[in-house]
Amino acid sequence: RTLGLILFFQSGRPLGTGIRLGLGLRMNRTKGDEEEYWNSSKFKAFTFDDEDDELSQLKESKRAVNSLRDFVDDDDDDDLERVSWTGEPVGSISWSIKETAGNSGSTHEGREQLKSRNSFSSYAQLPKPTSTYSLSSFFRGRTRPGSFQSLSDALSDTPAKSYAPELGRPKGEYRDYSNDWSPSDTVRRLRKGKVCSLERFRSLQDKLQLLEEAVSMHDGNVITAVLIFLKRTLSKEILFRELEVRQIALRHLIHFLKEIGDQKLLLDLFRFLDRTEELALSHYREHLNIQDADKRKEFLKTCIGLPFSAEDSAHIQDHYTLLERQIIIEANDCHLESAGQTEIFRKHPRKASILNMPLVTTLFYSCFYHYTEAEGTFSSPVNLKKTFKIPDKQYVLTALAARAKLRAWNDVDALFTTKNWLGYTKKRAPIGFHRVVEILHKNNAPVQILQEYVNLVEDVDTKLNLATKFKCHDVVIDTCRDLKDRQQLLAYRSKVDKGSAEEEKIDALLSSSQIRWKN
Amino acid sequence: MAFPHRPDAPELPDFSMLKRLARDQLIYLLEQLPGKKDLFIEADLMSPLDRIANVSILKVRSLSLRSCPSFLFEQLCFLVRPRIKNMRYIASLVNADKVAGRTRKYKVIFSPQKFYACEMVLEEEGIYGDVSCDEWAFSLLPLDVDLLSMELPEFFRDYFLEGDQRWINTVAQALHLLSTLYGPFPNCYGIGRCAKMAYELWRKLEEEEDGETKGRRPEIGHIFLLDRDVDFVTALCSQVVYEGLVDDTFRIKCGSVDFGPEVTSSDKSLKVLLNAEDKVFHEIRNEHFSNVFGFLSQKARNLQAQYDRRRGMDIKQMKNFVSQELKGLKQEHRLLSLHIGACESIMKKKTKQDFQELIKTEHALLEGFSIRESTSYIEEHIDRQVSPIESLRLLCLLSITENGEPKRLQMRIYGPEHLLTFSNLRRAGLLTEQGPGDTLTAVESKVSKLVTDKAAGKITDAFSSLAKRSNFRAISKKLNLIPRVDGEYDLKVPRDMAYVFSGAYVPLSCRIIEQVLERRSWQGLDEVVRLLNCGDFAFTDMTKEDKASSESLRLILVVFLGGCTFSEISALRFLGREKGYRFIFLTTAVTNSARLMEAMSEVKA
Repeated sequence: RTLGLILFFQSGRPLGTGIRLGLGLRMNRTKGDEEEYWNSSKFKAFTFDDEDDELSQLKESKRAVNSLRDFVDDDDDDDLERVSWTGEPVGSISWSIKETAGNSGSTHEGREQLKSRNSFSSYAQLPKPTSTYSLSSFFRGRTRPGSFQSLSDALSDTPAKSYAPELGRPKGEYRDYSNDWSPSDTVRRLRKGKVCSLERFRSLQDKLQLLEEAVSMHDGNVITAVLIFLKRTLSKEILFRELEVRQIALRHLIHFLKEIGDQKLLLDLFRFLDRTEELALSHYREHLNIQDADKRKEFLKTCIGLPFSAEDSAHIQDHYTLLERQIIIEANDCHLESAGQTEIFRKHPRKASILNMPLVTTLFYSCFYHYTEAEGTFSSPVNLKKTFKIPDKQYVLTALAARAKLRAWNDVDALFTTKNWLGYTKKRAPIGFHRVVEILHKNNAPVQILQEYVNLVEDVDTKLNLATKFKCHDVVIDTCRDLKDRQQLLAYRSKVDKGSAEEEKIDALLSSSQIRWKN
Repeated sequence: MAFPHRPDAPELPDFSMLKRLARDQLIYLLEQLPGKKDLFIEADLMSPLDRIANVSILKVRSLSLRSCPSFLFEQLCFLVRPRIKNMRYIASLVNADKVAGRTRKYKVIFSPQKFYACEMVLEEEGIYGDVSCDEWAFSLLPLDVDLLSMELPEFFRDYFLEGDQRWINTVAQALHLLSTLYGPFPNCYGIGRCAKMAYELWRKLEEEEDGETKGRRPEIGHIFLLDRDVDFVTALCSQVVYEGLVDDTFRIKCGSVDFGPEVTSSDKSLKVLLNAEDKVFHEIRNEHFSNVFGFLSQKARNLQAQYDRRRGMDIKQMKNFVSQELKGLKQEHRLLSLHIGACESIMKKKTKQDFQELIKTEHALLEGFSIRESTSYIEEHIDRQVSPIESLRLLCLLSITENGEPKRLQMRIYGPEHLLTFSNLRRAGLLTEQGPGDTLTAVESKVSKLVTDKAAGKITDAFSSLAKRSNFRAISKKLNLIPRVDGEYDLKVPRDMAYVFSGAYVPLSCRIIEQVLERRSWQGLDEVVRLLNCGDFAFTDMTKEDKASSESLRLILVVFLGGCTFSEISALRFLGREKGYRFIFLTTAVTNSARLMEAMSEVKA
């Protein structure tokens, strides 16, 4: 007999992830892979501020491990393939309890004890299946009579009943329409998962007693079961009124309504409870389910007047304005891009639509595609900055990242240049030049550019660190000179290339008699 | 390096029994539907299922929700978590069949249990009765020799955000199963509202099935239940012990991790099981990251030496070597290279994100100095758009340690939905509202009177928001969470549990457990309990039976409701070694700061 196994996944993520585990454990590298694995040098562009020692330790150990390759490769790889990380043969995970048992350290004696007192000895006598045993064999029917036999044996035994309760009887047959159950009995039966009619609880008093019994039992599933019944058999005014003074049950109802998506009743409930802010948020939340940008915009418009907190109100307004803006920009840029006349869109085709992106992404986008536009247009960065009151720091960071990505160094320069009233220019960065340097480096700025900004870092130590990190040799050398730090300069000499201009420069400095070194 | 257990450390019970129970029950359930069938397994259940039964050999066909599935057989079986959207999906399939005039048999197996809300949906969709339901009570997955996971990450959001107690029965059932298998727990302690409820329900179960555990010798002497919201701070910190760091960096899922090509140095990813069976991992998992390099180097040298021994062997010795030692050595070799690869990858990533500075900020927040600098660091972090989750985490840490929400931080840059996330964070108590200090306590006491009116479950809304006030600073002082260190804290020779956070902070949750175990009660901790807003939810329960062996009395089961982190596990393992205890961990799921934050974000339905 065959069995088709179908997986379904909820959010369209890659399929088959779980299934691979059994196979993934295998060390199924081919020899070629192996070769590559051990030979790859992945240590180069890797620095960690002050952990040099440990790094070299690590390198060393890597080398040591690598040097063993020859020996390992001598061996038959097929042999390895069958060993998983746990050291047990692959394929047997299904039946391996070894995974934990190996190390668990429980004494044999203890297990014996356990077996006998739980009457699970029959379990232990299950034939140990071979490594190819699989779930599919579950369905081969009675090919393993022994095991199922033993299972039912175990189940018929009384002590086992608590953890394998009522397996033999399908739950559906457990209907019970007896009218005699008291509220507490009813709740207990519900907790055990039994189908149990609640119809006999007709008076409000009975219903509430049932609810209170459920709440005192603490089982949320039962509380919800009773609430479903109450919701069906009470008018919502009465239900709301009674729940208002029963907060635990109330929270269960709210969660239940959220889960089944009964938005209307949920909003009614919040209105009744006068929880205006939750009402507003809950209404606003619905926009997440609206895909169409125009419809979403219209929906957001209905949110604007709702009783949010003062701070949130501003955000809602912004959200609406932003989406409105994005719709205009999107339409416009789509047109420009397809027309193919604009250079920036030709060189850098848009990767995704700007709709529903956060504010900063929108700002980045406009700094990227619409940097030079006049303030009057909706898509200009300056306009965005003004409309949404984007703070200076935030603006500069975003603009810098966008312009650096385009390698528009003049724009970067202009971003930090200020003129005073006498016409002198001065460099100023609200985010600090050390950040500027880092961002530039991330965007692969050339050394000359980096150097310029590293030099603008005020704190000498930070400057030296950054210059060293990003290999701005001139800055390091000049700084050492200014600090009259001969030792550091000497140390740095070993880090520059032999015979390079930098080395010459250092040598010239070191032999200079003009400088009065401090060490 | 890796700390050996004390010679007198008690043995751990054998939890592999739990796997066999779950597996046999599943086999039985599937047998109930004889003949050919198509089996649906929910994605979230795949990993746990993989740990107990091998499904990889099965003929697997994959399909997504959107595509219309074509079935081979006349029977459909669904193995799912009890979720509304699953019911809707099943209903759509069944109803489509009905329209097409097909008749099939349908069976839904809920794991770990079925909810009435699900049945209601089946009824509403008109397929109640067409579909038969069953439960697969698989709620305890042994991930390691000392770690049991319920694999219910949604517990956190469901209870701590929504206040839904649906999983409390599952927890109680799990505890009941444990006491059936491993004997009663003579000493019980707990803190937190959920802990108390779970405990009470569990007791009720035991009473109902009286006699089951009576007369049984206890194997585990103590049980400690703890709500996650008693200590959010620890869970919000960046982890620096190896296992925690691996979890933060690569996400350990159900006890195994996917190491990508950057770790394996090949073009393939490798799924690796991380547990005590991995000898290399076992020795470094609890170590502070800074020690791991040294250890791996040493290990590599030893390995080299062992391989080198083969030189100068004669044939017979060689034969012995190959047949007995080689396999082990080769495996160690592979493990070693893998963990070295992981370390490298971690280092690269952490260097890129200014880990040093981040940690410095966290420590400053924990210790409560240079708040202004920390705040501006976090602001800059947000401005630089490093990662929204990370920023949220830092904001929460700032808020809880400083007891208030910093005003006007520019979170809006992460997209408008943050509004909903923030509202969630506030409701869960991960962001606390700033309030005038004194007036609150008066109201608080009034409210706590209301709380005692338990029969009606009348907890006013005012209380739930007030309870969220964090008193971290005062608690930290009372419990001495920030160790005073003269000179450097030697991470190679840890002195206390603070080593899991580089010596800067003793995890609050672990400190509470330590203190209570020391006293065998909450005595003398009244003030701490009050500050934790747990006045009515700290409890002890001892049975006078003296059947417990001294060995069992040094075994402690710690139950984390809402998740625990690997750092906490490491810290308690350390405490165990110091005091001669051994801890067993039961958690609703293993968590970390990123998972906590993600659980709070709002996505479309």
